[in-house]
Amino acid sequence: MKTYLTPKFLVQRDPERCIQCQVCVNQCTFDTHYYDVEDDEVRSHDENCIGCLRCVLFCPTRALTIRQNHLDYRDNYNWRPEVIEDIVKQAETGGVLLTGMGNDKGQRIYWDHLVLNASQVTNPSIDPLREPMELTTYLGRKPDRIELDSESSTLKTELAPQVSLEVPVMFAAMSYGAVSLNVHESLARAATEMGTLWNTGEGGLHSKLYKYGNNTIVQVASGRFGVHAEYLDVARVIEIKIGQGAKPGIGGHLPGEKVSSEVSLTRMIPQGTDALSPAPQHDIYSIEDLAQLIYALKEATNYSKPISVKIAAVHNSAAIASGMVRAGADIIVLDGLRGSTGAAPKIIRDNVGIPIEMALASVDSRLRQEGIRNQASVVVSGGIRNSGDVAKAIALGADAVYIGTAALIALGCHVCQQCHTGKCAWGICTTDLRLTKRVNPDIGARRLTNLLRGWSIELKDILGGLGVNALESLRGNRLHLRGVGLTDTELDILGVRMAGS
Amino acid sequence: MGRVYIKKEVCIGCHLCELYCQLQHSRSTDLIKAFKRESMRPSPRLRVEEKEAVSFSVRCQHCDEAPCVYACLSGALTRDSKTGLVKVDEERCIGCWTCLLVCPIGAISRDTAEKKVLKCDLCQGEDVPACVANCPNEALIYVEVQDESHSTEGKVIAMIQ
Repeated sequence: MKTYLTPKFLVQRDPERCIQCQVCVNQCTFDTHYYDVEDDEVRSHDENCIGCLRCVLFCPTRALTIRQNHLDYRDNYNWRPEVIEDIVKQAETGGVLLTGMGNDKGQRIYWDHLVLNASQVTNPSIDPLREPMELTTYLGRKPDRIELDSESSTLKTELAPQVSLEVPVMFAAMSYGAVSLNVHESLARAATEMGTLWNTGEGGLHSKLYKYGNNTIVQVASGRFGVHAEYLDVARVIEIKIGQGAKPGIGGHLPGEKVSSEVSLTRMIPQGTDALSPAPQHDIYSIEDLAQLIYALKEATNYSKPISVKIAAVHNSAAIASGMVRAGADIIVLDGLRGSTGAAPKIIRDNVGIPIEMALASVDSRLRQEGIRNQASVVVSGGIRNSGDVAKAIALGADAVYIGTAALIALGCHVCQQCHTGKCAWGICTTDLRLTKRVNPDIGARRLTNLLRGWSIELKDILGGLGVNALESLRGNRLHLRGVGLTDTELDILGVRMAGS
Repeated sequence: MGRVYIKKEVCIGCHLCELYCQLQHSRSTDLIKAFKRESMRPSPRLRVEEKEAVSFSVRCQHCDEAPCVYACLSGALTRDSKTGLVKVDEERCIGCWTCLLVCPIGAISRDTAEKKVLKCDLCQGEDVPACVANCPNEALIYVEVQDESHSTEGKVIAMIQ
């Protein structure tokens, strides 16, 4: 069938600069560049380019420019180019449109409509370079009240297991199989270096990485891949995955081609078979069922580690969160509308779920109203882009955040949304051994550590400006936030006042 | 003098080491000029070996007991006893290619136009060889060798692991 699609990108090669070295040819995983032996010239098939910019970054003479190929369709707000092209794709394939990364649509990003406060005259700001600033965060169930032994001044109350984070930013769940082992190693090493946690995702933990267990969150998801006693034992936190922001209510499907021998060993499934994660956990159809799994995991690990439960942010998140806390979750994770994925139906990714800011505000408010906010830590994820977003999330009520896309960008990801193809030219979202080498864990760990270090310094600057010296003083303190350009209803749900009021 | 160690598990086969080796051994210091203006493209002194998922760049390992030095008919190849560098005297090289035959790792190449052999000189005069300095994935590491007298058995094998 003749395709009615036009190239999304145009490759511009400056003949003055191109030295026919073919680095673009060997780096492109989508067969865009090719070398014509007869003419001794490198040329391009524009229609294959997906805009990952690998060739641009690796061209030693900067001879390449990639431009978007915007076609001049007749202006029509309803039938925008993307809408038309999606229809064409489906008319030509008859399938579900798959995509990677997070929602790229224009739903309001509330972080951009929230601003932070700073101290002026009546309360002094603090210089974080001269005075200590505390970012330490403890995740886990906090007691309703504490009792002190009056004589020895020691704590009489028995505390539930707590996990201390030196930075309130953790690496989000990305499974081995979706991302490569080198990516896992980079995340694990950076988390260990920075005193935070990384998350295995649902594909198990490679035995090579057990040594980072003290900084590892292991996931138990609907497919139960790679779950065994040692996996639970080495971890610091166990996370039950109910849902994912990019595809609420949808299961996972790791294609058989990605199930290499190492992935198959770790996931405990035959090599080359599709790894199917059912949409629901088939043993959890109610809050009571969830409690059973939470306590099964607590029993299995002798009540030594917090149990986290992750859901996608949906309309009734607040009520569900209340149930999760009452079911025994020590940490609840909310993954918002802009959360990413290695593969999801585009229609689900772009249309299902609610913005994380709204979910966080409503969950935090609901748990406070019910007097159970202390019983679980709240972690949010899905589109956290910088330390400003982190500070705002914490002011809205989060204990910590997860970053996924931001971490991958630090490793080289250019958000080209081709994760589902398994051909990631940056070697991140692939298990092809020719490509996974492109992430050198030595460099990856360094880049991620730098990112977290930068954010933690910025967070301290923000705290200093607010005139507080600990993240605890910002946590859940929505008076530090004001809204800009929001309606009364939005402000009401966020629990934030309008700027100027 | 140092040695170039190869981390083949992170070599991405981009061939940039070859490219910058060529630049280093050309008259120009500019890639575009070196490749477009110089009448003959400079030849690299190393090459990237590739098979399926494995790739790594191979260059002269400056063996302690260098077979090429023993085999050289004209005495053009010598090993500097102080630095350990195996170098070629282009004036004396007669292009008989005997060294190519005996090199255990095939690290010597031919300049057929000049009828001379080409081999890695570890970019004398530079802090770090050009291939190492320009490897985008840190798959090449340059390590200064302090003590030349220690045992070198199995060094060649160790270097490509």
